[in-house]
Amino acid sequence: MLLDALTLQLGYNATLVAVGAALLGTAAGITGTFLFLRKRALVSDAVSHATLPGVCIAFLLMAFAGGDGRNLAGLLLGSAVTAGIGLWCMNWLTRNTRLAEDAAIGAVLSVFFGFGIVLLTVIQTLGVGRQAGLEGFLLGSTAGMLYSDALVIAAGGALALLVVLLTRRPMTLVAFDPEYAAARGLPVSRIDMLMMGLVMAVTVVGLKIVGLILIVALLIIPAVTARFWSERSDQVVLLAGLFGGAAAYIGAALSASAPNLPTGPIIVLVSFALFALSLLLAPNRGVLAAVLRHQRFQRRVHLRQGLLALAQGQAIYESLTLRLLRRAGLMRADGVATAKGKARAAKALRDERRWDVVRSDMTHEAAAALYDGLRDIETVLTQDQIQDIDRQIGGPSEVPA
Amino acid sequence: MSGEEFVPLSLTPMLIGIFAAVACALPGNFLLLRRQALIGDAISHVVLPGIVVAFLLTGMIAAWPMMLGAAVAAIVAVVLIEAIRRLGRIEPGAAMGVVFTTMFAGGVLLLEQTDTSAVHLDVEHALYGNLESLIWLDATGWASLLDPQALRHLPAELPRMALTLLGVSLFTALFWRALKISTFDEGFARTMGIRTNLLGLGLVITAAVAAVAAFDAVGSIIVIAMFICPPAAARMMTNRLEGQITWSIVFAVLSAVLGYIMAGYGPLWLGGVDAVSAAGMIATVSGVILAVAARFGPCRSRSGAPVGA
Repeated sequence: MLLDALTLQLGYNATLVAVGAALLGTAAGITGTFLFLRKRALVSDAVSHATLPGVCIAFLLMAFAGGDGRNLAGLLLGSAVTAGIGLWCMNWLTRNTRLAEDAAIGAVLSVFFGFGIVLLTVIQTLGVGRQAGLEGFLLGSTAGMLYSDALVIAAGGALALLVVLLTRRPMTLVAFDPEYAAARGLPVSRIDMLMMGLVMAVTVVGLKIVGLILIVALLIIPAVTARFWSERSDQVVLLAGLFGGAAAYIGAALSASAPNLPTGPIIVLVSFALFALSLLLAPNRGVLAAVLRHQRFQRRVHLRQGLLALAQGQAIYESLTLRLLRRAGLMRADGVATAKGKARAAKALRDERRWDVVRSDMTHEAAAALYDGLRDIETVLTQDQIQDIDRQIGGPSEVPA
Repeated sequence: MSGEEFVPLSLTPMLIGIFAAVACALPGNFLLLRRQALIGDAISHVVLPGIVVAFLLTGMIAAWPMMLGAAVAAIVAVVLIEAIRRLGRIEPGAAMGVVFTTMFAGGVLLLEQTDTSAVHLDVEHALYGNLESLIWLDATGWASLLDPQALRHLPAELPRMALTLLGVSLFTALFWRALKISTFDEGFARTMGIRTNLLGLGLVITAAVAAVAAFDAVGSIIVIAMFICPPAAARMMTNRLEGQITWSIVFAVLSAVLGYIMAGYGPLWLGGVDAVSAAGMIATVSGVILAVAARFGPCRSRSGAPVGA
């Protein structure tokens, strides 16, 4: 069943939803990356909640004009209008009052959503048109999707994608360093507005599939996920699009494959699964990689300190150090250094002495700054320099009896 | 409006609304100043999986297990946000976005998967509550306030919400000095021996308790609005914390009362027949208050910003 859904064998409607969701997810992932890099991820939450009054007003207007009231394009247009107003209010509050951005986000989000709820109850009590399905915008519903609806969503997703592709370079620049971008003569505020416009577009298009409460996940989670895998912005953008598209596609297919699996939440949970995997397994920033890195570092410190202790004839009690020394064949089970261990220990002690010289000599200042107790001196100085230092230290001398 | 009509139908919901609004606005003041305003948003979203899991475990709609479940979910969310922020080195806003959307999605999925047709538990209820239904049918008029027989049948939400408000007020009063210092200058607070980490956690937990209790009575939308709007409006009125708290309480009460009245009676005055959502209206009124304060409040601009800029 799931396989059928993934290979688009589950009927016309499910196919439409899956393809539309994939396009939307890709556009959302890419747009969200810029938002995330600009550190304004939660702005999308305010935008998405601000769409609700627009949906209701559009419904009322269309119903009073004698129409169906459920025309998706009309509803989306209405939602875009109030989302824009919400965005404007948020910017105004942040710019002209002492409120920080997070407070402005929360204020816009709750007030617009509250007003939307009021309108929703008005619609219910007025009993105009056929209001069934308006609640679907809260959590998304793809069950009764019409061909025309799917077309609107697919076209919207594709359009958002196109705009992102065309404007990715200035947006990247603004996301990383708005001051530099301004100095380069880029219209930063207009690019910011474009970014927000795209967020709005993605939100509005996603209303039908994911619903306005969860659409923010589609903007945030793929970007955060992609950030684990790369340090380069162009790759992060690409990966975020990929993760977003994949999550939306798999989620839509999953939800079509069984009853009682609402599309929006499933898509969000699939995104989160990708996120959790990345958090654990990503090569450089992942938790597993960090743990391994830490262990490697720990071993090096223990080994180094163990060698220095051997060289100076001090007893070692630390169990990890003992285990590491024995496993490397530097120490016998009874705690006596092997020949190899003695050689390595002498080398470690000599290196330490060399570092002392380096650090007390101002001409080696740059090299001395690299001292961290672990670095091999050969990686910092040339052979000639080391020989020079060795001459200052002098050769090995007899241990005084 | 006569007592016979007002006391049974409007007094209790209005009181519950006021208590909930003030209980949320109090910690909201500190969260706002600490730039953690969206904690309220996050908490009110994650409460949903908490109550659904509590329902699945106990099989019934009862207040205490649900509040416990919600509180556990809130704590899990706070821990998860912190873990993701630290482990993944992700900015707090994005970490919050990841956690609360995922937990909310999980809650919705659980809800869809379980058979809740027999009980009153759905997403809409969680979002905008049902303030209007918390009526006191045993009351016959103002005299009922002194009638122990009638008082016994007060909606359970009222004493619970009053208790929560008392708890939140106690927390604020007891830790007033520490909260004030650590909110404005965390470094200084630490040098004075105030355990700022614990205090911050305590504040978030207090906020969570207020949110969960209010959520049970009035739905999450009021919770988010009351955490942010009254304190934000109060911030435009004064430069002193004491003043800000006072203003925020005034605004919270005003939003609750006006919102409830407008939701209940506004449509009637306009010629309609049915009331609209009180929760939504309270949030809307708080937004209007914020808008007025942001436009005309005496301390609305950032200190140091040129006047009229």
